[in-house]
Amino acid sequence: MVSFNLLVFVALGYVAFLFLVAFAAERRARNGQGGWLRSPLIYTLSLSIYCTAWTFYGAVGYAARSGLEFVTIYLGPTLVMVGWWVILRRLVRIGRRQRITSIADLISSRFGKSRQLGMIATVIAVVAGTPYIALQLQSVTLSFAVFADAGGQVWEAVDLNRAAAWVAVGLAIFTVLFGTRNLDANERHHGIVIAIAVEAVVKLVALLAVGIFVVWGIGGGPGAVMQQINASDVAVWDQNAGRWASLIFLSAAAFICLPRMFQVLVVENNDEAQLRTAGWAFPLYLMLMSLFVIPIAVVGLNLMPQGANPDLFVLTVPLAVGQDGLAMLSFLGGFSSATSMVIVATIALATMVSNHIVLPLWLAAGAADGASISGDVRRVIVTARRLSIAGVLALGYFYYRLSGGGTALAAIGLVSFSGAVQVLPVLLGGIFWRGATRVGAVMGLVTGLVVWLWTLFLPSFGSAVFSAEVMALGPMGLSWLRPEALFGVAGIDPLVHGLLWSMLLNAAMFFVGSILSFPTPLERLQGAQFVNVFADSAGARPWARSGAGAEDLLIMSQRILGGSEAQGIFQREATRQGKEGYLPDVTPDFIERLEKELAGSVGAATAHAMIGQLTEGASVSVEDLIAVADEAAQIVEYSNQLEAKSAEQERTARALREANDKLTALSVQKDAFLSQISHELRTPMTSIRSFSEIMRDSEMTGDEKARYAGIIHGEALRLTRLLDDLLDLSVLENGQVTLHSERGTLSDLITRAVDAAGASGQKIAVLRKPAREAVMLETDLDRLAQVFINLIANAAKYCDADAPELKIIVRSEQGQTTVDFIDNGSGIAPEDQDVIFEKFARLADEKRAGGAGLGLAICREIMERLGGSIAYVPGQGGAAFRVTLPKVQALAAA
Amino acid sequence: MSARSEKAVFLARASYRQRRLRDAMKVLPVVGVILWLFPLLWQGEGGTAVAVQYVFGVWVLLIALAAFLSAKLVPEAVGEASEDTD
Repeated sequence: MVSFNLLVFVALGYVAFLFLVAFAAERRARNGQGGWLRSPLIYTLSLSIYCTAWTFYGAVGYAARSGLEFVTIYLGPTLVMVGWWVILRRLVRIGRRQRITSIADLISSRFGKSRQLGMIATVIAVVAGTPYIALQLQSVTLSFAVFADAGGQVWEAVDLNRAAAWVAVGLAIFTVLFGTRNLDANERHHGIVIAIAVEAVVKLVALLAVGIFVVWGIGGGPGAVMQQINASDVAVWDQNAGRWASLIFLSAAAFICLPRMFQVLVVENNDEAQLRTAGWAFPLYLMLMSLFVIPIAVVGLNLMPQGANPDLFVLTVPLAVGQDGLAMLSFLGGFSSATSMVIVATIALATMVSNHIVLPLWLAAGAADGASISGDVRRVIVTARRLSIAGVLALGYFYYRLSGGGTALAAIGLVSFSGAVQVLPVLLGGIFWRGATRVGAVMGLVTGLVVWLWTLFLPSFGSAVFSAEVMALGPMGLSWLRPEALFGVAGIDPLVHGLLWSMLLNAAMFFVGSILSFPTPLERLQGAQFVNVFADSAGARPWARSGAGAEDLLIMSQRILGGSEAQGIFQREATRQGKEGYLPDVTPDFIERLEKELAGSVGAATAHAMIGQLTEGASVSVEDLIAVADEAAQIVEYSNQLEAKSAEQERTARALREANDKLTALSVQKDAFLSQISHELRTPMTSIRSFSEIMRDSEMTGDEKARYAGIIHGEALRLTRLLDDLLDLSVLENGQVTLHSERGTLSDLITRAVDAAGASGQKIAVLRKPAREAVMLETDLDRLAQVFINLIANAAKYCDADAPELKIIVRSEQGQTTVDFIDNGSGIAPEDQDVIFEKFARLADEKRAGGAGLGLAICREIMERLGGSIAYVPGQGGAAFRVTLPKVQALAAA
Repeated sequence: MSARSEKAVFLARASYRQRRLRDAMKVLPVVGVILWLFPLLWQGEGGTAVAVQYVFGVWVLLIALAAFLSAKLVPEAVGEASEDTD
């Protein structure tokens, strides 16, 4: 037999071991060696505080009474965890972004950092959480009593109470020591996390050990145990469908909403990768925890005498068959379950109470306005948190005493769950629906709380609160208000009834309140940040203008965070801004960051209020929100402008490239022109030189002399003509030519040109239609005649027909007069048509060409100067040039 | 939703696989709920022993699927356009 003293000794030894582990972990974390403390495994194990003593001991009792229904308590969390991508990932991201300290803080922060909502959520958490803590105290004391009983002592109520008090005090000391070390709730409580991870292993090992022993040691293997199940009281499968479904929902919701679960799931989380592992590892843990529950229950029912408490089978079955060591292990498992849950629940509740009730009251009382000593707010918070821890545990203890510690308490587990899940609609609405407002949240939470109190919590006390009359007939005879048959819906399971009504009315009020009210700017801002947490958009800032001085902010931050930490933040910010010292510029950006830092310690509402005092309430306004929208529009506009500009630059670059190409081509042309001109000048010069040399050096007759002199003269004339042409072209190209406008008829002009070209008496026949040529012109007639002469002379020179003829056709259409010069020769080959107007563009095969090839180039220049044009017209049965006369002059003539 | 028009409408094969993997993760709890509600339709045949085996079988299946999907899932890059594109 295990002596009771040995048990106490082992329990104390175990606690001492946990202290050591926690201290070691804290020290390693402080020395920066705590990397493994953030491993997904530790995170998964820390989630195991979901499995409390109520589940460790109570699951077997539950199974003994109701069969498989107990498993629903584990199925809900499994569903939430395997679906971590949907809700938990979002919660964790929001928690990190907004530096959330508790579930009350999340709700308060989402709905415009409302103090009121923080308080309501805290009240719900405390009211729903206290009975659960009492339940843990009861489990531990009952397990002590079992050993005392086995040792021959019979524990009276006094002994139980004393044990409960000692356990509560011990837990308070542990929690205060490790739970209030870091004020910043965002930093993990390393000591506590590692301690509950160890406890998680202990309770899993203990339950598995008992289960394996029961199945193989007592039951005779899995097959035999299955037969025992089929032969037991719970063999028949007649599960109440409503309870089954409701309990899965309830446990899933509670898994997210319980303050202690929120603490380990979200607040203590610092990496989404932890979720990836926990997503399957924690369901595995839960499955292993529940694997042997039914076998233990069934074997226990067969083994133990009638009337034995099935809640304690995990302890009493090993004891009954003399397995003292196993019983001891089992006791430690239950002890671990109870203590780890109480520690985390207490921290979570204490954080909420200090941040959302004590601190706002302290600030409202004006205590903050007094002497501002560095760290004074911090001391208030730490003290408040320590007192809250003690207070929460004391509440649990008193609840335990009040309820008498009997079976009534065992039923409170699910009732407590249903209280905690009253925040679910507001929580989910807050992170998925931007339209959710503070007013709606308040209405939903209050409605849920009231309905829950009325239908589940108060009736759970039995006749102590509600008389049988009220339960049966309703208060003051109002039968539709009967606690277990609201609105006349009677006959369903009380838990399902209460859960259904509280959730329905809660969600309905939340929804109606939200769509009927209008949110404040800060609410809308926070709503957008929460719902769009994955969008990474900067969005509006909570502080539009900064009326506060850096020094005031530093003083306030020092009061909350303590001197060195606050100075560190300010110094980092100053460095970031490129400044020396501790006082950065107070930008809205900085205020936002600072507020988040403070929120990590005192909660969003208080942090916002304290900064608000300094910035004189210059918080975000509707105008600022709209300005942000404008800003976004401006950014889009700006980027469009940039795009347009870049397209324009593209175009400019292309134009420049083209200009460059043209210049290069022109340079090539110029070189070609120079070499051409040298060649043109050289040919006549060569013959002049040779013939003059002959005349100088040799004796010759007068006849010969005259012939040679004639050649020299002819070459000199050609040279002069060429130079004249060049000069002419250069003058025309440079635009230096002066035009002498005169009046005259086209007919006279053509006649003059034909005569001047010497064409009338020559071999080429000129065909004209004088009737059409009666057009008055006012232009530089000499220049125009020069063009005509050139064209006629060209035709005379190049036309290769047997009976060459030149048609000169004048057309006047729509005020535009054109003159076509068409001969009946072979014309110009298509590939040459492009180049005939270029300088020196004498066609290669024309040996008899007399000019230098400048004629048509000069014609084109002249026509351009005169405001007309000249073009080659293909397909006219010979070479055909069309001179288009300048329009204005032609009109004036008509 | 104005930002949506600026995101890519279609994804490369690898990112497409990731998207469908996320879809599978979202559906997994729904599958679990449906499977675990099935025993309510049983009319007493089999008894608790069968129900125990069924419930635990589904449990193992869900854990295995969750482990498989989590292992396949590439952690989301910061700032990635996560939800809207397909």
